[in-house]
Amino acid sequence: MAKDSKLILDPLTDNNPITIQVLGICSALAITAELEASIVMSISVLFVMGVGNVVISLMRNIIPSKIRIIVQLIVVATLVIIVDQVLKAYAYELSKTLGAFVGLIITNCIIMGRFEAFALGNGPWRSFLDGIGNALGYAVILIIVGFFRELLGSGTLLGIQILGDPVAKTGLYAFGYENNGFMLLSPMALIVVGIIIWIQRSRNRALIED
Amino acid sequence: MEKRTDKNSYTVIFAIGMVLVVGAILAYLASTFRPMIAENERLEKQQNILYAMGVNNNEPGSATFVSTQDAPKLFQQYIKEQLVIEDGEVKTDDQAYLIDVKKEQTRAKAGKSRRLPLFVGEKDGKKFYIAPIRGKGLWDAIWGYIAMDENMVVQGVYFDHKGETPGLGANIKQRYFMDDFSGEHLLTDSGSFKGITVSKTNADPTNKDKEDYEVDAIAGATITGDGISAMIKKDLRLYVPYFKNLKNRG
Repeated sequence: MAKDSKLILDPLTDNNPITIQVLGICSALAITAELEASIVMSISVLFVMGVGNVVISLMRNIIPSKIRIIVQLIVVATLVIIVDQVLKAYAYELSKTLGAFVGLIITNCIIMGRFEAFALGNGPWRSFLDGIGNALGYAVILIIVGFFRELLGSGTLLGIQILGDPVAKTGLYAFGYENNGFMLLSPMALIVVGIIIWIQRSRNRALIED
Repeated sequence: MEKRTDKNSYTVIFAIGMVLVVGAILAYLASTFRPMIAENERLEKQQNILYAMGVNNNEPGSATFVSTQDAPKLFQQYIKEQLVIEDGEVKTDDQAYLIDVKKEQTRAKAGKSRRLPLFVGEKDGKKFYIAPIRGKGLWDAIWGYIAMDENMVVQGVYFDHKGETPGLGANIKQRYFMDDFSGEHLLTDSGSFKGITVSKTNADPTNKDKEDYEVDAIAGATITGDGISAMIKKDLRLYVPYFKNLKNRG
């Protein structure tokens, strides 16, 4: 049982897929300019990784090793297309929000990484926990980055004005504060992720490689 | 000893089997959901057109459509005429809103005539002429509807996109960007077509000057903004003869 809980908890901190394994960086950079987008992407990855890991785990003894990567890719792509189609039919507005992420989910290296590293060698339940754990670890970083980028870049959170109105110069803007446009650009996401990695490693020196 | 799953024959059979299973699942889903998705798209077009002419459920700060249940009724109530302009001829067509602008653009490229849909709406005694436009953003297609008065002064717009970057280009469907277009002129004083440019150097962030043919750009979304300027200039230009005729008649 303790081992099972490690599958969920480890990726949140000391084995985080983004800050420690340095996977899934591209999608983290691309869509974290808004907190809402970070949350939608996190939920999508949570679903695809949880279900995908179970599917790959169930198929692990029959997948030919020569084409296993292609098989994994097909599983991810199929799941994403199914989710997209179901949303388009039953929750059209939500499907449009997801539209920009579909390609990024398929190419997310964390998903392929977990299929390859875990689901191919473990049972469905443990694979499910591993998928959920890693997706949550990914979500934590995405949400932190999204929070800071949206707050400092646009002065809003989830689209709601937090720091005042930048055009009418109210709130913080009355004191001369300006939105930092750099925060909206991808390189700043990399810098925010870098700062998180820095903080994490300075708190836990065991993570620093020689 | 070689494992069973390592054999070439097994690999080939597995690959074929997997393709068949996945193909069958996706084909089944696609055919099951197609009518529902088509219906959603149809209602969305009605909602978009109504939004552009100011029939919507907007609260300050958000861009909200009328509900899908009300859309068909309101569409019938507010849209008085649906026109199709082809080779200078104007015809009425009750299904004009279903015309696929992308297909028409492809037809025009191939040298064939292009059908231009135009919707005439009426609200509070005022006439609106709503035209669809379509172009390219940074990653994928962008499109929209522009509501104008008979002088081609913009009365309202709706923009949408397929895959622009969230927080950057995707903000073209945010109200603060769309609202800036209202009141902008498309024609110069002499009557020639000028269009609207999404401009980074527009030193008028509150957009009070409506005759400068410019609106304030979104930071970090240069290419999407250029796409908006381009599609307005390219597609709305085609409607100028119709509006000139309208003036001559009126």
